[in-house]
Amino acid sequence: MTVTAPAAPASLVATGAAVELQAVEKRYGTHRALAGLSLRVEPGEFLSLLGPSGCGKTTALRALAGLEAVDAGAIRIDGVDVASVPANKRDMGMVFQQYSLFPHMTVRQNVAFGLEMRKVPSSERKSRVVDALDMVHLADFADRFPHQLSGGQQQRVALARALVTRPRVLLLDEPLSALDAKVRVSLREEIRRIQSDLGITTVFVTHDQEEALAVSDRIAVMNAGDVEQIGTPEELYRSPSSAFTADFVGQSNRMRGDLRGGDVFVYGFRVPALDTRVDDGPVLAIVRPEDIAFAAEGVTGTVVSSSFLGSIRRTTVRLDDDTVITVQHEVGDRRTAGQAVAVRLLGAPVAVAPLA
Amino acid sequence: MSAAAPSAPVAGSTRPGGSARLRRFGAAPSRVTATVVLVVVGLVFAVPLLALVQFTFRQGTDGGLTGAHYAALADPVNRGTYQPVFDGLGASLVIAVITVAIILLVLLPAQLITALRYPRLRRLLEFVCIVPITVPAVVLVVGFVPVYQVVSRVAGSGAWTLAFAIGIISLPFAFRPIAAAITATDMTTLSEAARSLGASWWTVTWRVLLPNLRRGVLAACFLAITVVLGEYTLASFLSRTTFQTALVLVQQTDPYVAAIFSLGALLFGFVLLVAIGRIGRRRTRAGRSRTKESA
Repeated sequence: MTVTAPAAPASLVATGAAVELQAVEKRYGTHRALAGLSLRVEPGEFLSLLGPSGCGKTTALRALAGLEAVDAGAIRIDGVDVASVPANKRDMGMVFQQYSLFPHMTVRQNVAFGLEMRKVPSSERKSRVVDALDMVHLADFADRFPHQLSGGQQQRVALARALVTRPRVLLLDEPLSALDAKVRVSLREEIRRIQSDLGITTVFVTHDQEEALAVSDRIAVMNAGDVEQIGTPEELYRSPSSAFTADFVGQSNRMRGDLRGGDVFVYGFRVPALDTRVDDGPVLAIVRPEDIAFAAEGVTGTVVSSSFLGSIRRTTVRLDDDTVITVQHEVGDRRTAGQAVAVRLLGAPVAVAPLA
Repeated sequence: MSAAAPSAPVAGSTRPGGSARLRRFGAAPSRVTATVVLVVVGLVFAVPLLALVQFTFRQGTDGGLTGAHYAALADPVNRGTYQPVFDGLGASLVIAVITVAIILLVLLPAQLITALRYPRLRRLLEFVCIVPITVPAVVLVVGFVPVYQVVSRVAGSGAWTLAFAIGIISLPFAFRPIAAAITATDMTTLSEAARSLGASWWTVTWRVLLPNLRRGVLAACFLAITVVLGEYTLASFLSRTTFQTALVLVQQTDPYVAAIFSLGALLFGFVLLVAIGRIGRRRTRAGRSRTKESA
């Protein structure tokens, strides 16, 4: 369905603030959740923190929100250190993973709550609540209670509630993870549209790489409490600086190779290596499925299975040395299980990791 | 984008009503079995109550019925005889108010702080609160006697001082409903959401948490009141006059009036329990009717 998105209400347009975390440390007992994390979010930017469970992304967001005290480091909003400012004084809007609407209040009362806390006059409060609910297309639901809304509607109300106060920064803690696939896609597009319209600096935590790639200006891939790599979605996908990033962002194949003078030799094919810090010798090459193709001659193997994915097809092949790889190819090129095939590398640069 | 058009909640996402009952058909006992069980259980409760009611109307031992015992309550001639019951009732109500205050000002904050800040201490708090139910009242009295010698010196020997002891034996009954309400509410997320919106801790507690714990808190208070109205051992052994000790006293001279007051206390407790059931159900029902309108 095509819908013309309304322009952002003037009453909600915010001035994006610059956010900076500098050498932030957080420990839980002996576990180091944040290991000297440093990153900067530009005003009006949509930055995603992406990483596996336990990498520290949610801890970083909660530290930014003031919901976790940090052990060391600075958290600056527009240059002012807020590390010791309590959560209710930080002026940040937050949408949580769990449904966080107040169950005993109507949608209207929920959205007005933050304005009441800021002692906004009643008449202005009413108009801003209407604007915020209009923005998320829920003006007709103002008098309902949270339990009368679907999950997607509840998260849209939570978004309106977070934005109605014109916060300096919007924090999104996996707000889509409890929703079904279709609602996730539509809501993430809506979040991105609203964020662009309002120009609000946004930090989005997710473990879903597709979500992060789809909506972010930049993505910070996190690993073991620190940023592994930060860049645009295209940079992370095409030029991962480490095997971890290459493995985590997008699908990839791990293939044995030999690194010599900046090139990797994989099954006799020569491809440039992205990471120049790895010493020459045996390595694991991280190769994208779209950088491998079926060919008349090449590395031989047998088709294990083939999946139709709409505009593309992915086929799993077991090579003669028992290495299992995935090849991405055109939908029309159908391969059946058990079929003998040959594959070749197309020569795109690959990430490498030392062979353990 | 499809999110633009507001739509009514999907039927499956609303709370199940009658359909849930249908689905339980295979697991539920037959209608006859259920009726028999309910009738037997009902009789177990009803027969002693009806006997008590009949006793309050009994005229001597000839089997006749009379309303004279009820009329005697209002007769000024009997004021001296029945005064201890009214005094005891007044004392019990004061004790009930103080006990409820102990629940609201000591137990509830302790449970809230434990749930939000020190979840690891929840088991310890639960153990401490449940312990009084495992100790017989007579044994408790043995421990309370030396304590109350000090209490009497400091605060006098008024019946209201009994509230401290009854507050302790009320803990198991008050702890459970509050704990259940806390478990049913995602207090951490709600309080964090409110904090991120600019609310102070006081506002978080008053505006966000307590309204969602209302049913559990009220149940705890009502149960504490019923404990106060039913407690005899502590008052008797610690020599305080309460409703129950006064009833025993009056029962020796006029058993009919003692039975009338016992019946009144039972009805009061019954009303409180019905009120517990009603509170909280009101909002659910209102919610359901709105959902029906939107469907």
